[in-house]
Amino acid sequence: MCRLQTNGKVIMDRNLSYYPGCSLHGTAEEYDASTREICALLGVGLHELDDWNCCGASSAHVLSKEASVLMPARNLALAGREGKDLLVPCAACYGRSKAAQAALEEDASLRDKFGETFAEDPPAKVSIVSLLDVLAEPAMLHRIQEQVKKPLAGLKTVCYYGCLLVRPPRVTGAANYEAPESMDHVLTAVGATPLPWSYKTDCCGGGLAIGRSDLVAKLVDDLLMQAIDAGAEALVTACPMCQGNLDTRQQEARQAFERDYELPIFYISELVGLALGHPGVDAWWRKHLLDPRPLLRARELM
Amino acid sequence: MTNAEETASMESAAGEKASGVGDDSRSAISPDPSFLGQVEEIGEERLTPCFQCVKCSGGCPLTFAMDVLPHQLVRMVQMGLKQEVLKSSTIWLCAGCETCSTRCPNGVSIAHLMDVLRQIALTEGVEPAEPEVAGFHTAFLDEIRAGGRLHEMGMVRRYKFRTRKWMKDAGLGWRMFSRGKLKLLPVRIRDREWLKKVIPRFRR
Ligand code: SF4
Ligand code: SF4
Repeated sequence: MCRLQTNGKVIMDRNLSYYPGCSLHGTAEEYDASTREICALLGVGLHELDDWNCCGASSAHVLSKEASVLMPARNLALAGREGKDLLVPCAACYGRSKAAQAALEEDASLRDKFGETFAEDPPAKVSIVSLLDVLAEPAMLHRIQEQVKKPLAGLKTVCYYGCLLVRPPRVTGAANYEAPESMDHVLTAVGATPLPWSYKTDCCGGGLAIGRSDLVAKLVDDLLMQAIDAGAEALVTACPMCQGNLDTRQQEARQAFERDYELPIFYISELVGLALGHPGVDAWWRKHLLDPRPLLRARELM
Repeated sequence: MTNAEETASMESAAGEKASGVGDDSRSAISPDPSFLGQVEEIGEERLTPCFQCVKCSGGCPLTFAMDVLPHQLVRMVQMGLKQEVLKSSTIWLCAGCETCSTRCPNGVSIAHLMDVLRQIALTEGVEPAEPEVAGFHTAFLDEIRAGGRLHEMGMVRRYKFRTRKWMKDAGLGWRMFSRGKLKLLPVRIRDREWLKKVIPRFRR
């Protein structure tokens, strides 16, 4: 049996606790479904935390340091009871949960405050893993390669990691935080062509999408123009905020800057699912504002 | 022009809209010598190591919209320009992308500084320069306080009440709803009492 190490623990052929977060139960259901389904195909069991709460995402830290730590802390305590590693596919939840974990470690008053409100000791150290942590481990890449039924040959993409999977490195522990490669490795394993570009970790505007969508449209335009310049016909993400901003604000960007681009924005899990021959992919594509099916048909991938 | 005036006018040109620094139309600048200490205490980090290398502003994706650049903001906090800082659009336009904090050679976490400044502005009742952004964050936390998980439609309703932007994104909302991305009903967690204990309420 193949095994692999992430954060010092063996992930493959194991069960993980699963924290979907609000987006994956709402605007990013296709990320949730594709993540669960590819994990099942790849032998990783997922168990959703019971009664999890919002991690505070892009807003709690703006308004209250304490809330931004205590909200993820409750989820970490729930995960601590399960005793498994915690998979957090949303980059924002991942970043905020890791930041909360670091803050609890450093600050005794936050630990006390957590104990007072939750009537339970602060969570023991739970290992928080992102979907890329799971997919990009060498043994898992090997397994993916073995299981590919439909190589995504000819699909030209750029990998867009965004901010919180990698920054701040003090919190995420990311080694290659200016030019990460884990998603590129996964795409290569499924036969796609990830192209080099220098905007992998530039910001899409995150939580500004509602208050100042005009600014997000500008950042989205920059990213799309750079992706096109690199020769990409689609972007691949591992974050519901990145996917959401690039997908939902693309029309606004197109109008504001008089462009004619139409680039589908995939989740990495969707492309892995497609390559593994998952029969339910169409349900994912139907959730996108910018329909990826014309491109997939043109590349003879459906 | 003295050197100081020259630097100030360069800085405000760099920031496009003048932040008050070097702007002759302002009657007086009244620094608050306790401001740096207040910010350092709440933020639990020192800001004096900043040597104005401008690396933070160089990598910031939102400088094109900010009235004060991130490195200028650090300097203004050091100088005690409290009102100018708290009234800036910059503290609300920072997207928290952490590029600045990651690249600062002196380990200053500017992203965290932005959080601290927003919190001081809210606590002290300073009118936010970007009411829509502030309104989004407060609407978001109000929604979580009520049910424990984000219900987008509920949050957007709260946001619209706070900001009076009734028609904004109506078309987009419909396109998202038609793809099943927006749920009519919220899902609430069982342990809602806990939420009230940890999530504060905000006036705006
Ligand atoms: S990067 Fe750091 S040292 Fe340089 S100007 Fe910004 S805060 Fe100051
Ligand atoms: S965290 Fe804020 S100030 Fe720093 S680079 Fe990002 S947007 Fe700019």
